[in-house]
Amino acid sequence: MRYSENRTAEPVKKTSCYHCGDDCNKDIITYDGRSFCCEGCKLVYDLLKENSLCNTYYRLNQSPGIKGSESPDAGKYEYLDNPGVSKKLVRFSDDNQTYITFFIPSIHCSSCIWLLENLHRINEGVISSKVNFTRKEADIGFNPNQVKLSEIAALLTHIGYEPLINLDAVEENHRKPSNRKQIVKIGIAGFGFGNIMMLSFPEYFSMGNFHDQVKLPHFFAYLNLVLSLPVFFYSASGFFTSAWKSLRHKYLNIDAPIALAILVTFSRSLYEILSGSGAGYMDSMTGIVFFMLIGRFFQDKTYQTMSFERDYKSFFPLGVTVKDNGKERSQPVSALRKGDHIIIRNNEIIPADSILLSSSSHIDYSFITGESGPVRKSAGDLIYAGGRQLEGSIELEVDKPVSTSYLTGLWNRDTQQQQTAREQGYMYKINKYFTITVLILAAVSALYWLNFEPSRSLDAMTAVLIVACPCGLLLTATFANGNMLRILARNGFYLKNSDVIDKLTLTDTIVFDKTGTITHGSDVKFFGRKLQRFEKEMAGSLAAQSSHPLSRIIRDKYVTDPMKVEEFEEFSGKGIKGVIDGHSVMLGSAKFISGSALPRQSTRVFYSIDGAICGYFHFENAYRDGLQEVADKLRQKYRLEILSGDNDSERKNLENIFGTGIASHFNCLPGEKKAHIRSLQDEGRNVVMIGDGLNDAVALQQGNVGIAVSDDTNTFSPSCDAIMHGPSLGKLPAFLSFAKAGKMAIIITFSLSLVYNLIGLSFAVQGTLSPVIAAILMPASSISIVILATLTTGMAARLRKL
Amino acid sequence: MSALFILIGISLIVALGFLCAFIWAMKKDQFEDTYTPSVRMLFEDEISEKNQAKKNN
Repeated sequence: MRYSENRTAEPVKKTSCYHCGDDCNKDIITYDGRSFCCEGCKLVYDLLKENSLCNTYYRLNQSPGIKGSESPDAGKYEYLDNPGVSKKLVRFSDDNQTYITFFIPSIHCSSCIWLLENLHRINEGVISSKVNFTRKEADIGFNPNQVKLSEIAALLTHIGYEPLINLDAVEENHRKPSNRKQIVKIGIAGFGFGNIMMLSFPEYFSMGNFHDQVKLPHFFAYLNLVLSLPVFFYSASGFFTSAWKSLRHKYLNIDAPIALAILVTFSRSLYEILSGSGAGYMDSMTGIVFFMLIGRFFQDKTYQTMSFERDYKSFFPLGVTVKDNGKERSQPVSALRKGDHIIIRNNEIIPADSILLSSSSHIDYSFITGESGPVRKSAGDLIYAGGRQLEGSIELEVDKPVSTSYLTGLWNRDTQQQQTAREQGYMYKINKYFTITVLILAAVSALYWLNFEPSRSLDAMTAVLIVACPCGLLLTATFANGNMLRILARNGFYLKNSDVIDKLTLTDTIVFDKTGTITHGSDVKFFGRKLQRFEKEMAGSLAAQSSHPLSRIIRDKYVTDPMKVEEFEEFSGKGIKGVIDGHSVMLGSAKFISGSALPRQSTRVFYSIDGAICGYFHFENAYRDGLQEVADKLRQKYRLEILSGDNDSERKNLENIFGTGIASHFNCLPGEKKAHIRSLQDEGRNVVMIGDGLNDAVALQQGNVGIAVSDDTNTFSPSCDAIMHGPSLGKLPAFLSFAKAGKMAIIITFSLSLVYNLIGLSFAVQGTLSPVIAAILMPASSISIVILATLTTGMAARLRKL
Repeated sequence: MSALFILIGISLIVALGFLCAFIWAMKKDQFEDTYTPSVRMLFEDEISEKNQAKKNN
């Protein structure tokens, strides 16, 4: 539905792809009266047409397809047919049917749902398929005698819906959302609360006495008791267990005073009802439970399709192709042993530290080291796990099993130290003082009445505990935080939980990673003599023939209408050449073009036409939009630093943006980044680390807050406290000041709840708290607090244009 | 006054019925996905020759 209306209104100047909606600026493929931007889109259209799925798919939404679905390598999903792997993934299986749930991030519109639910029309082996749009999952049932699991995955990938499968997903093993139990608890608490309120009305208005039968009030009281039992024992159970746990660790958590209030209210009501001395406060008790559960639910509502707790395993594929006595078979990565020969295909990730057997390869290490360019390796070199193979397929000999590789070791060493220190936010502090004050107040009023009128002593003490339940404080925090999390998420900033808001307010230092975090892709500039238009086109057309990453950047920048290239040749690691329109054109390293090597500074590709060198293409990082403003605003309040795994060729540009005083560190290994943040923390600083790839993962964990920047929030991000959508980086100053404003909002709202508490307490210490007053105060304070918390945080967001 | 007892009994039974319905719906995944079914019911069957042939067999 995303693409629907406004697209049609635009004047049709550029041709957009019928399948995916991208502009077909480079080469339009016209097929069946429609235009397509690439062969991939055309193939998918063809497949859908063949199975007469086209009409509905393209009618529901304009250009609903997903680009970039180049047919996967035949062997890409072969490992799924390995019984060990498939057993872990499959939900249910017998002789004739197998059911599996795939996570498919690219599901985005109703056409997607329709197509995925009609899979059986493309492949007859599919029995059923059902999409869960909110979770971006497809539940697929198929007949294993007709079609293999790997074929299903390949089919999905082919039509653009690549399923995301990794070790992580396998080990979590179809976690059921635990919030379902939470909702049932809320339902039962609400049921109890509502009915007890209703049955308490006669008591509130003293209607129980208008007739001569004395039985009625008792009848109501006993009914209330029965109704409150499930609320007390089931709905409230979470508060008791959590409070008990914290007490056992000699630490007062936020649930402890609630549990105490619930317990005291319940026991006093129980006593009153059984002894016939009163109606009890069951309405207040169930009300506390009901509102607290709602608040909790609101706050804990997590983002279902996002994961903040990934570890290195989520990078690795599940299976790998092993060469065994000349035969290829696939097996799970975890079963790799030293000495195994593995085949890694184009764009696959190397799962274990291995030695290269093939003559040469290009490995993209950007995830691990942060270096932007690919690294060339030749036979006999050790290749660390986590690199991505860029060209063709290579053969490797495993040197260390997955569990002891460099990457894994780095990860394990660092996570172990993390578990210790628990940071206590201001909420915990307020809570502690609040609880202590209440306990003292309860004791004082008990002692006071003990001297004057001993019979009211117990009444007064329990009443204090009932009224002063920290409901207000907690509701304030949960609703304010919950609302802030939602507002931030709407702006592309997804926090793991509300503690992160609290930590953000304490920040005084912000450390940025460079590549992928403050930069966004690469930009290319040409240095040399001025190029004619056709000369630029020639360079682009030549580059279009190669799949080398640098060639692609040149192609994207310079080609509008590719020309025909003859006698094309690619020299791996050196350059490319060809003949265009009678001119001999070459692109490549200085040595390849001119024969003499230059000292290597930054990434350059030289260009020659008919043997004459025109100049070179220089690649540099393209900084994100609005970075300058972000830097200017943040510089006034925070200490900024740059930690990059890349070389220092960008130092000048960075100083232009961040000012010459910026502390920047280059060529940092992951461990060094972490150590640097540690040293900042040792100076007493609160550090926010902002990074992207795996090379920042340990630094993200070390930072007081680790923010992972990701351009596609559905795919990958390392373990962190928050995920930021790339383009939202420009709003970082607003996010930080919003977090601070949120703290103010909580304090204002909490003051209001204190007013309610004081009114209640003034009754309680006098020993005159009647159930009516309790029943009015409790919901009134809860509801007004919820409204105020939502309004103030909403206002704070609007002021910052969030 | 005994009417009151009966009426309250009935009202509680009705309320309990709704609570049970709610719990049942929760257990049956009725609230799992609130978007897809709303779209799914609008899909029409496309007439496909392949399917037609299969049905005739």
